[in-house]
Amino acid sequence: MYRYDEFDRTLVSERVAQFRRQVARRLTGELSEDQFKPLRLMNGLYLQLHAYMLRINVPYGCLSSAQLRALARIARRYDRGYGHFTTRQNIQFNWIALADAPDIMADLAAVEMNTMQSSGNCVRNVTADHYAGRAADEIEDPRVWCELLRQYSILNPEFSYLPRKFKLALTGSPHDRAAVAVHDIGLRMYRDEQGRPGFEVIVGGGQGRTPAIGKTIRQWIEPRHIILYVEAILRVYNLYGRRDNIYKARIKILVTALGIDRFRELVDAEWEQIRATGPVIDDAERARIQACFAPPDYDRAAAGDDPSPAAGISDPAYDAWLRSNVVAHKVAGYAIVNLSLKAPGRVPGDLAADKMERVADLADRFSCGELRINHRQNLSFVDVRRRDLPVLWRALSTLELATPNIGLASDIIACPGLDYCSLANARSIPIAQDLSRHFADTDKLQQVGSLTINISGCMNACGHHHVGNIGILGVDKRGAEFFQLTLGGSADENPSLGDRLGRGLPQADVPAAIERIVDAYLALRGDDETFLQTYRRVGIEPFRAVVYEPQGTTRQVA
Amino acid sequence: MAQMLIANRLIDGRVVFRAADGNWVTDIDAGQLIDDNAVADSRLADARTDESDNLIIDPCLIDVAALGAAHEPAVLRESIRAHGPTIAVER
Ligand code: HEM
Ligand code: SF4
Repeated sequence: MYRYDEFDRTLVSERVAQFRRQVARRLTGELSEDQFKPLRLMNGLYLQLHAYMLRINVPYGCLSSAQLRALARIARRYDRGYGHFTTRQNIQFNWIALADAPDIMADLAAVEMNTMQSSGNCVRNVTADHYAGRAADEIEDPRVWCELLRQYSILNPEFSYLPRKFKLALTGSPHDRAAVAVHDIGLRMYRDEQGRPGFEVIVGGGQGRTPAIGKTIRQWIEPRHIILYVEAILRVYNLYGRRDNIYKARIKILVTALGIDRFRELVDAEWEQIRATGPVIDDAERARIQACFAPPDYDRAAAGDDPSPAAGISDPAYDAWLRSNVVAHKVAGYAIVNLSLKAPGRVPGDLAADKMERVADLADRFSCGELRINHRQNLSFVDVRRRDLPVLWRALSTLELATPNIGLASDIIACPGLDYCSLANARSIPIAQDLSRHFADTDKLQQVGSLTINISGCMNACGHHHVGNIGILGVDKRGAEFFQLTLGGSADENPSLGDRLGRGLPQADVPAAIERIVDAYLALRGDDETFLQTYRRVGIEPFRAVVYEPQGTTRQVA
Repeated sequence: MAQMLIANRLIDGRVVFRAADGNWVTDIDAGQLIDDNAVADSRLADARTDESDNLIIDPCLIDVAALGAAHEPAVLRESIRAHGPTIAVER
């Protein structure tokens, strides 16, 4: 884990003290709401439907057990006993009082956390592959670069007033688990012909009302150059990005308007200038940060542990869990374990304070005191001895965190939607709950296989509906909640945006429509074909037919 | 349909309704139903004064139906603000 140095500590504690004074001045009326709102937003404090909402950064999704315990205490003391893990690897609390916010920030600072730049037109929390540093398929741990980018972008005066928010995502693995293609800048590591690791730089991706898959601006760049290259991109965006229309202000609009070639010319010209004179990363500082991410002392004897799935236990539920929730680790004898926050009928991403504490205890016992938040709103333990898997599985099962559904149909992403969000058109969570109950049967889940269902309550797309294999978008039709389906989206290394299936459906019809889509897929699929592969082969028409002409269902897909 | 003033309380953000005595209350059933447009406008002006006095933020008028003693907003969004999320909270 990254540990704050003296500089980080001072910066964060001064910020807390400053915000404390600002809140006091707001409460006495010295500051008006118009004056105060930008200040609170810079500290991640929004006003939502029921109260203030506080968004807390979890840099690239890495969390220690001590931090999770602090979050549990905050949930209990200042909120209603739970928190919401988001698609940006952050956590949000929904019931915060303005008067408490400074104390909460002080509690966060004590465990080296903060809320700076979790809102506003600045560089937001840098996200990353949640298996960073541990995945068997990884080239290099990207977190040293994530942390350098975080430090570089925090309170950087040049980039505190960008045309719009700016989101970076990194993966050190060619297999993309961080959705880098739908970020303002995505960095994907791979090896060039000489075998040297470097980043492909992807720019101008995004979701929201104008979704776009990012374009490659640079095939390969040495990692040590990425800070300055990112700076060059930010400069061009800062200069040419639109500030006259909030809906056209994201970098994706600029990249589309100029064309990637012209945009690249501008960036490269800027880069040529600053690379000669710009700051270089201090080797000692880089080494300090790198050391924070040093792997734990693995037990080499663990390699001799029986890695066979059934070792130690015989239970079909355990086998299903091993298949879908346990992932290969770099080090023999170890495994990555995903904790599903998607038990049937639960609210995706929500976790109660008591469970946070139990999870923190399990992380201490089984995974070196650390965990990860991933963009599909689940948690991961990344250093589990395979030998401990059966005991861990039992412990997670009693907490309802062992549902064997990672990457399967009931592992649904859902934004807060109209139950919490002031921008929403429709409720996302009840749809997710219905669908997860619908797909509660483990055999059916396994039969359907890999399938992502993503739900957003409005076109801002916080729930990633554009890149769900099945996307569900809440719309308002004359005061009633309707849902539009999209098919064929994907956020991995072969990204695509979903295609619109047809007119919106009332909430009550959504589960049946999804069921027909899934049944049509099962009837159409070739050997070992995933939903996405089948969709890409057959196109949208067969699915459209079963949803909108259901009487023809059996004839068309039989 | 009658109208009612809704806002968020500054200090904690909680959803509040304006009662007949001018107080802001969290219970929608205790909020004042206003049938007359001119009265609604003058109450909204009062609410804006409360806003400049730093009691509340974002006051606005919403449509509310009276069902006996119970008050129910016409629009789902405002109903969720009045009664809380429609889903059970994680325990
Ligand atoms: C509840 C308060 C929230 C507000 C007011 C809000 C607002 C927005 C807005 C306005 C956009 C569109 C940005 C654009 O197109 O330029 C957006 C996008 C997005 N938000 Fe949220 N959001 C909220 C909660 C969340 C949550 C809970 C998550 C994570 C689950 C999230 C993650 C994202 C993501 C991933 C995008 C799409 C990527 C992008 O284009 O930036 N947001 N949000
Ligand atoms: S997608 Fe819309 S409804 Fe959902 S959290 Fe984002 S802004 Fe709110």
